[in-house]
Amino acid sequence: MDKTAPTGTPLIDMRNISIAFGGIRAVDDASIDLFPGEVVALLGHNGAGKSTLIKILSGAYKRDSGHIFVNGEEASISNPRDAKRYGIETIYQTLALADNVDAAANLFLGRELMTAWGTLDDVAMEAEARKVMGRLNPRFQRFKEPVIKLSGGQRQSVAIARAILFNARILIMDEPTAALGPQETAQVGELVKQLKSDGIGIFLISHDIHDVFDLADRVCVMKNGQVVGTARTTDVTQDEVLGMIILGKCPPGAIPGPGALKIAA
Amino acid sequence: MTDTTSNPQADIARASELGVVARFLKATEIDTRMLGMIGALLLIWTGLHVISSLRLGVNPLDFDSRTFLTPRNLWNLSVQTSAVAIMACGMVLVIVMRNIDLSVGSAEGLIGMVMGFAQVHFLVRFVGLELGNPWIWVLALVIGLALGLLIGAFQGFIIAYLEVPAFIVTLGGLLVWRGAAWWVTSGQTVAPLDATFQLMGGGPAGSIGATWSWIVGIVACLAVVFALFNGRVQRKRFRFPLRPIWAETLLGVVTCAVIMGAVWLANSYPWPIGIVNRYAAANNITVPEGGLFIAHGIAIPVLMAIAVGLIMTFITNRTRFGRYVFAIGGNPEAANLAGINTRWITMKVFMIMGVLATVAASISSARQNSSTNVLGTLDELLVIAAAVIGGTSLAGGSGTIIGAMLGALLMQSLQSGMVLLGVDSPLQSIVVGAVLVIAVWLDTVYRKRV
Ligand SMILES: Nc1ncnc2c1ncn2[C@@H]1O[C@H](COP(=O)(O)OP(=O)(O)OP(=O)(O)O)[C@@H](O)[C@H]1O
Ligand SMILES: [Mg+2]
Repeated sequence: MDKTAPTGTPLIDMRNISIAFGGIRAVDDASIDLFPGEVVALLGHNGAGKSTLIKILSGAYKRDSGHIFVNGEEASISNPRDAKRYGIETIYQTLALADNVDAAANLFLGRELMTAWGTLDDVAMEAEARKVMGRLNPRFQRFKEPVIKLSGGQRQSVAIARAILFNARILIMDEPTAALGPQETAQVGELVKQLKSDGIGIFLISHDIHDVFDLADRVCVMKNGQVVGTARTTDVTQDEVLGMIILGKCPPGAIPGPGALKIAA
Repeated sequence: MTDTTSNPQADIARASELGVVARFLKATEIDTRMLGMIGALLLIWTGLHVISSLRLGVNPLDFDSRTFLTPRNLWNLSVQTSAVAIMACGMVLVIVMRNIDLSVGSAEGLIGMVMGFAQVHFLVRFVGLELGNPWIWVLALVIGLALGLLIGAFQGFIIAYLEVPAFIVTLGGLLVWRGAAWWVTSGQTVAPLDATFQLMGGGPAGSIGATWSWIVGIVACLAVVFALFNGRVQRKRFRFPLRPIWAETLLGVVTCAVIMGAVWLANSYPWPIGIVNRYAAANNITVPEGGLFIAHGIAIPVLMAIAVGLIMTFITNRTRFGRYVFAIGGNPEAANLAGINTRWITMKVFMIMGVLATVAASISSARQNSSTNVLGTLDELLVIAAAVIGGTSLAGGSGTIIGAMLGALLMQSLQSGMVLLGVDSPLQSIVVGAVLVIAVWLDTVYRKRV
């Protein structure tokens, strides 16, 4: 093992989280934690409950039960504003962009820069937007267009830029590279490594197992709303992780969760 | 064009392929949609003018005083447009947020009735102010504004927090407020209104005269020049692409010419002879041989409409609130995830709508010097039509204040023009209805192409 096991207080500690929509237990008694400078990948089949779990953390959904601790202290997160106050920034799977306004307006939505007279400082916002977009997608120039006119990848870049603009301490990325080309994906990979070295904790949801092994320190696999198990990427193989995702079978290198397949004794 | 910063690998390919017209539009950054509306307006005006001239058997170029393009007719048009244009500004925000307000006409009626009752009965008989006391119109207006705010807040609360669809809530409001207006005086008309209050309705007294009109025009032109200049400075500060100087100048000159032209028109419409004579007698002026020419100048309701338009444009473009209204209209879910309090914004939009209904009610009751039970009837439809013709998308997320005001002017032009031509009112309805549908269809075609 090249790295020491994460110690000290976790940045985020979600304990026994459950939520049901109607009869569907989308997340069922799930626990997950995240340390500073760590990337934890959240894996699972479609509909496993990954997005729902992180949406509880980002304040989009109210949990039915469970607790969230930020830096060891219980946090009350009941709406997106609360989450942002704790430094939690989210790139949603659906991107959550206001399609009819431009990139700069989206980047600063809810946190606009204002002039001394209390009016929107669009010029300053556009200047900032150019800076941060330059880091992600240097070719991007269409700052004046409503984002609906952008390509899927460009829109995704805008959503990523928005999340890194405000010095997040915890970053949630729900399939951030699904629409990106290889070069842009590589750029996001670089970005993740850079943010990680800045001490930011990252939850990364992805279906790309290679990416996950490249970027993540730990993986957490979900199945039918339950956590199958959590493992350091150095302790398990890609095949073993696939087994966790598909069969719910927890390998020896992983810490089993409530969703692990119970092997008949 | 040394002004424009060059972006070598920018997405703005094909720039060289643009035609002359496209290059012109790009340089001036004029919205083609707006240009289309102005074009349509000029077309309607010219058409109505030619038809009204031909009907009288006069040469259209003589600008006979009974035709459409006369200072008198255009001045009246401006006053008639004010109330609907003011409410259309609020309707833009309502529709941008994917809501609708069917109650504005009835709210206008109720508020007009309450303000009329306040100034004629309540403040005089129960509070004990003397007739003509300058506080009467102020208090009546304050009561009206409070009521408008309350109506808006009430409907907005039900829509935003109780999640009843706006269509239903305001459909209910349409019936409730109209009924409530009847209860204020058991259906009796309240008249005459306070003399100062009446000024909001226009007329010779309710206009600011030639000198002040010129002053307003000059101030407006200076403001336009300042705004263009300031925009340039701002863009320079961050090295953003600038409009070429010629485009900047052209925009300034055209805008100022339109403003001064409008002032000139308002100043070309004289007071009626009877009023001039009475005024002369009261002020010991001897009326010269050919009569005394006293110009109306800009009407107070028109100034009110312009003020509302400017304030609402400022709110939509330059404030957080305006930005949120548009973001919510574009994607309510995203706005919510961005931490915007979407419910409170929704409620505020309806409160603004209520206040604007009060302003409109003041103008329309003052104009007819009475508050009647039918005040504002069907105005909700004109207001919605104005906003939609002005480019506000019913799907939410897009619309402009200036477009809606132009839309109101367009609708009113058609209506006044048809009255001038002696078209009977059933046919008027048919034409207005058809124009609404055609305008929205053209807009749909336009949106697909751009
Ligand atoms: N707003 C909602 N209302 C009702 N059911 C929901 C809602 N959101 C999610 N669900 C249900 O909860 C379950 C988990 O969904 P979730 O979006 O968390 O899956 P996921 O793991 O992110 O899947 P994917 O890989 O496809 O993104 C699914 O069965 C889904 O149908
Ligand atoms: Mg998902």
